[in-house]
Amino acid sequence: MTRTRRRAVLIFVMPFGLLFTLFYLVPIGYAIGQSLYVVRRTGTFGPAHEVFGGLAQYERVFSDTPFWQSVGRVLAFGVVQVPVMLGLALVLALLLDSGLVRGRRFFQLAFFVPYAVPGVVAAIMWGFLYSPNLSPFKPVTGAVDLLSADLVLWAMANVVTWVYVGYNVLIIYSALLAIPAELYESARLDGAGHLRIAWAIKIPLVRPAIVLTAVFSIIGTLQLLAEPQVFRSFSSAVSSTYTPNLTVYSTSSIPNFNLAAAFSVVLALATFVLSFAFLKTVQRRGIQ
Amino acid sequence: MSPAAAPKTRESLLSRSAAMLVMGVCTIYFLVPVWWLFVGSSKSRGQFIDTDPLWFAEFRLFDNIGDLLAYRDGVFLVWLANSLAYTGGAALLGTLFAAMCGYALAKFRFPGREILFNVVLSGVLVPATALALPLFLLFSNFAATNTFWSVFLPSLVNPFGVYLARIYAAASVDDELLEAARLDGAGEVRTFFAISARLMFPALVTIFLFHFVAVWNNFLLPLVMLSDERLFPVTLGLYSWNTQVNQLPELRGLVIVGSLLSIAPLVVAFLSLQRFWRSGLGAGAMK
Repeated sequence: MTRTRRRAVLIFVMPFGLLFTLFYLVPIGYAIGQSLYVVRRTGTFGPAHEVFGGLAQYERVFSDTPFWQSVGRVLAFGVVQVPVMLGLALVLALLLDSGLVRGRRFFQLAFFVPYAVPGVVAAIMWGFLYSPNLSPFKPVTGAVDLLSADLVLWAMANVVTWVYVGYNVLIIYSALLAIPAELYESARLDGAGHLRIAWAIKIPLVRPAIVLTAVFSIIGTLQLLAEPQVFRSFSSAVSSTYTPNLTVYSTSSIPNFNLAAAFSVVLALATFVLSFAFLKTVQRRGIQ
Repeated sequence: MSPAAAPKTRESLLSRSAAMLVMGVCTIYFLVPVWWLFVGSSKSRGQFIDTDPLWFAEFRLFDNIGDLLAYRDGVFLVWLANSLAYTGGAALLGTLFAAMCGYALAKFRFPGREILFNVVLSGVLVPATALALPLFLLFSNFAATNTFWSVFLPSLVNPFGVYLARIYAAASVDDELLEAARLDGAGEVRTFFAISARLMFPALVTIFLFHFVAVWNNFLLPLVMLSDERLFPVTLGLYSWNTQVNQLPELRGLVIVGSLLSIAPLVVAFLSLQRFWRSGLGAGAMK
């Protein structure tokens, strides 16, 4: 490679590389550093000072029952919500692609509208829609308390599903459009129906797109924050440690930054490991 | 009509109706909450409680918007402007940087390329929300929390954009074209802006839009970074009003109208740029 070309690469890579280092790598490193310290006080009200505590904060993280309950909660959420959402998205994308539907453009945009609604605003809207006395669906919300401890997690699952189905439809549908029609023309001539073609030809071919949407959904589930944080105003069942990210936030507002840093590190690591493991299990050839 | 064809047509009619039914039901599910928001925004406080939530009473939308914008010296307008500054600026610059980096990864062989790509991919798998607290700790070290930059600068980084740009560059920028430009003596950077970026344009609009949505929706980072209300983005502002609705019931109407106004810019952006993102998205999902 020539010297001018090397300089060009440097110019291309530098801005992103610098920002990525400063605002991704350094904070992670700094959080790991902070998580290794504990605050000691001389006497009960004496001045606080930080001393190296080794893995003391991680011991607290691993023995923190509410935190692991919140991890269990988001995992349960993900196990139900992600397949339901992606299943619905796949069905809608296949229907859009099947030629059975008129007005495809309209439906595509209609499904996509909720994606333009920020998570916080979506949660506020649905909070009103679930309310026993303001909801347009009073017969339902008056009879069943959707904001009760038993149901509020699934009420939030509906909010997340509502926002993201259209986005996932779009990704899967774009992948379907990229399949050359000849691939299933002959199957159709042989008398294969829509279902058979979808199952045997289309779904296997858009597998990479489905994997991509699944990875993003898993990451999103573990990071659940805006919806439960907003729902705290609507439902007393949502505690300040309801999801892992809420725990991080409320620990940092105590403030116990060292413990909050340890929570952050564990959460980031868990997210990375889980999404990476998922990718490796479903794909033998890696993401590229 | 031959006997064999008749059942097929009937089945097709049945499939068609079933398909349209599913689409119709889903459309209602997706659009009714937005419709409810629009109707609710047009009502007075009393009517919001008393009248049919899904149909209009006296149409007061513009009065309500006027009230919202006048409330507390127009703080809502400040929030909207903040959101536009955080989001528009970060998405524009972030897209440019992601495009350049992805282009270099796709079109040049250089030492450390594989490592860089793998680090970027890891960045995709470690979401920005997991970094909000570490960023807060870091910024507080420099007494830089509660500033515009504490939200703006971290929002510039978009590893998934780099990943997409690399795929798009590989797919849409022809190597022979680059060779030809080199033979003509054009510099690499000039070639990028004059030729490659144009070829990647639909893809760049896609990256821009998704980056825009991500920053517009970002909640945790401003929540931990900002304490000064005048720096809030619109999401954080609406959230803070919503937490006070029980004490200050007049805020409920403002939250409803504010929610409607906070959605509008994104809907407009998506509708006006749809021909780009529709074509741009396909390539990213295929690889």
